[in-house]
Amino acid sequence: RDFNERCAQCSEVNWGLTDGGRFYCRSCHSVTERTREVVNTDFISNARIQTISKGLRKQEKTDGGCEWYVCEGFQLVLKKQAEALEALGVCAQMKDEILCNFWRRYLQKSKQAYCNRPAGETVKALSVCDSSTDVDSEPERPSLLHLLSLSESEGDLQTDCSFASSTSKVSESTSVCSGSVDGSLYLMKNQKEKLRMTMPMTLSFCYMALLWLREPMTLSDLLRFVVEGHIPYLNVFQHFPEKMKLCGLDLKIFCVESWPVYEEVYNKMLELAAFLDLPRFPDITDSCFLHPDMLCMKYLMEANLPDELHNWTCRVVKKICIGEVDFLTLVPGNKSTRNVKYDVLAVAVIVVVLKLLFLLDDHYEWLLSDFAEERNKNNKEGGPYFEFKKWYKVIKCSLDVEQKKLDEERAKYLWRCEKPLFYSAKKKSKVLKRRQMVVNLQNQFGKLSGSVRPAEKPNPSSFQLSWSEENTDGSCFHGHSLKGILQEKCGLLTAMNPDYWLCTVKLCTEKLCGHLAHYREVDFPQSYHFVLRLFSFLLRIQPSYIHDEVCVIEHKLFNKKLCKKPKYNTGLRK
Amino acid sequence: SSHEHKLNFKKSKEVCLSYIQDAMLQKQWKRAAEFLTFYIESLEKDFSTEYMGPSEMIWRIGTEILCHHSHSNMKEFNSFIEQMKTLGVKRYLKVCLEHAFHLLCNGLIDEAYQNLSLAESWRFGEQTAIQDKEMKLIQAYRGLLDYYSWSKQKTILLEHGQDGFEDLSVEQEMHSCFRKAAVNLREIIKIPGVWDLFVKCYVDLLEFYGDHNEARQVLNEYAYNSKFPANPNAHVYLYQFLKRHGEPKKSLISALKILHDIVPSHELMIDFNTMLQKSKKRRKRRLGLEVIFAALDYAGWKESVKAWSCLARQVKQIAISEKHLDWIKQEWNSRKDWWPAFHFSRYLAKRNWQENESLSYEKALVAGILLGKDCKYFKYVSHQGCKAQVKRFRMLKKFVNKHNPVYLRISG
Repeated sequence: RDFNERCAQCSEVNWGLTDGGRFYCRSCHSVTERTREVVNTDFISNARIQTISKGLRKQEKTDGGCEWYVCEGFQLVLKKQAEALEALGVCAQMKDEILCNFWRRYLQKSKQAYCNRPAGETVKALSVCDSSTDVDSEPERPSLLHLLSLSESEGDLQTDCSFASSTSKVSESTSVCSGSVDGSLYLMKNQKEKLRMTMPMTLSFCYMALLWLREPMTLSDLLRFVVEGHIPYLNVFQHFPEKMKLCGLDLKIFCVESWPVYEEVYNKMLELAAFLDLPRFPDITDSCFLHPDMLCMKYLMEANLPDELHNWTCRVVKKICIGEVDFLTLVPGNKSTRNVKYDVLAVAVIVVVLKLLFLLDDHYEWLLSDFAEERNKNNKEGGPYFEFKKWYKVIKCSLDVEQKKLDEERAKYLWRCEKPLFYSAKKKSKVLKRRQMVVNLQNQFGKLSGSVRPAEKPNPSSFQLSWSEENTDGSCFHGHSLKGILQEKCGLLTAMNPDYWLCTVKLCTEKLCGHLAHYREVDFPQSYHFVLRLFSFLLRIQPSYIHDEVCVIEHKLFNKKLCKKPKYNTGLRK
Repeated sequence: SSHEHKLNFKKSKEVCLSYIQDAMLQKQWKRAAEFLTFYIESLEKDFSTEYMGPSEMIWRIGTEILCHHSHSNMKEFNSFIEQMKTLGVKRYLKVCLEHAFHLLCNGLIDEAYQNLSLAESWRFGEQTAIQDKEMKLIQAYRGLLDYYSWSKQKTILLEHGQDGFEDLSVEQEMHSCFRKAAVNLREIIKIPGVWDLFVKCYVDLLEFYGDHNEARQVLNEYAYNSKFPANPNAHVYLYQFLKRHGEPKKSLISALKILHDIVPSHELMIDFNTMLQKSKKRRKRRLGLEVIFAALDYAGWKESVKAWSCLARQVKQIAISEKHLDWIKQEWNSRKDWWPAFHFSRYLAKRNWQENESLSYEKALVAGILLGKDCKYFKYVSHQGCKAQVKRFRMLKKFVNKHNPVYLRISG
């Protein structure tokens, strides 16, 4: 196929593959020493892999596996993820150029490849050191459990020779402890300076690439697609080639047993961008999807709120200067600027606007709604005025239904896949038997379940809730007017609501407690909580994250007033 | 809160379990089965150190669902249980035992027997010793089934005997069942516990083969060994045995004494009182009075003619002899505040008279003595009785009137 050399024996170019993965000439049946890995472009070419395949790669093990390094595994993962993103509509540039280059740069910086002394060589060094130890003494093999527990704690572990010499030859220990060559070392080494690769970090890579390309996909969208199964993450090792055997510590590295967490992925992305010494990212201008004006429009639509609110979100954005290019664009390593979570920011702006217009103190918004209702009853012309109460009912109904569905999906989430994993070869038969039993039981009780379970994943979509103005039941509020709650003053439209309450008078120091504010449902009006709940559902993050952002925006908005009159507690006149 | 957006394997399975639980509590078996399907993969990571591992959970939940689900059948159940047996070696015998119970409840006695026999032959290193208790139970229940076979064969034999047939093979089999049953039953009743069924069967076997001594010893152990939990039935069985074998009243009484202490409302209290009343010993008669009063403290005896007639007889006798009035006084002391409303209300007088004349007669006698001739109950019933011209009521009226001073002495 891709291999175009002439056969040494017969000069033909007619190659096939043996079971062992070597090329053999179909004409004269001579087998070469070249293994498939050299030529195959599945593995994105990488200097280190070429070095390995030229001769250092070991003979195949008896189980048909080959030697592989952890970073090769991650490379495959990223490739799969990039392909999935492409299928979702992201431009092809992402996979072939951006992500690829980020990854190469990472390998270089972390000294795993593309450099003079790849970390892999230390692996060999240890075995050399080892051969000088006393042969007679029984080398203490670190038990599997010991290694596993070590990897749990993120603490430092010694890599000095005394420890190394207490392990048996690396190659032997790896066959016990992991399928990859450097699995055990990967977990043990002091990786603080080198930013060890993890599964959640693959998503950080993806997000970083998306951000670089300014793709219309927010981090919350990305993570939601992961959970919904559109992007490989859970059980991605299923797609590893047959010869890459996973066992032992590889499981710790590649097996995922929890949904990715927004904060974690985001923070790692920042770390990564700094680690890779990336320059300033491409500008986020007001024509970008990620710009607050655009995102606000999207979320307003999704939340079934009147289009007119968009004017207000734009005003707020402008007032506190969060629409500026310099504010929005990521500059890695720059600790002085606060890093922007575009989706959370947009949603928080909407919340602030709702507070500005409706106050959301569990009284005023209902009052306004009653006025609007009266007006709507008596006056049919000129389009309906927005009634908070009606909107609340419609949204609450949908939200409850969707939340219930989501809760059930959480309960029904399946974590295991057909490709079973085992810690060691000894456990293999037990694991396979178990899997068989699980499948049997699932079938048995599945038959008793009654309803047929739909096997297909829902189609990926950017919008989770959609509302159409064609619905005659009046459940779409996009076109509703805000006239009832606005008034004109000096040529400008302002809210009738004269008051505002701050979520918090003082922001916490992030460094001390990790948050800017502390959200407790009972401390705040229920309408406020409802609005937070709605956006928390759409973004799949905790309400407190949004609350934090709301606090920040408020403090920017009312900065002057706050500085002048610190004695205001709950209320504030605009 | 349930609106968390984080999720990990452990939490996910916890949530799933709560859905299963809810569905089961609402008897929604299809839904329970549905969620169980998603829970099952937790078997693939059974590293939990918590008390309830997923395998035990799945066993118990699966059993419940298969018991109640309309589309399930014994074949499915059996196949499920066989898989559960392989899941946890520490639980193996327990699963076998419960499987056998289930089969028995569904009338599949032979299958149950096979299961128990198979389980009996199980050996697994040190687990065999650890699961010793379960093993004993398995052997005991197998013994019970052996008894059951024995019993069937005995019946056949007796029938054939009547018809004049002799069946040697049945007889031999019967004896062999006896041997098998006896061995296992004897073993289990050695262990302190509640083994009513096993004891009864074992004693039955022993009696049939004439080993009365062994039977008596077994029953004594069961009733009197302090290591065994207090069990009214133990005393009942002993009493019945002694009665069957014509033991003297003395031993019968001592057998029932403890029963009275444990369960004053027991149905055998009537017999007990009857025996005690007839005794020559004063202390025994005194006890008899105590026993019958105690029994009638319980609502279950309120309408028992027999019980009331026992009390009435004794009270009458005491009234006539005018000896031991203090006995009545003592017994009545703690009851005089509540028995009148409990037994002798006007409403009850009416009802008793309408429904059961004999009951009202006996009660009226007691009321008349304890509460005097002017009490509601006595007045109403005796009036009605005399009106209806029933002879004994006239006699009753005379009697109570005559012995009114007794009442005065009691109450005074």
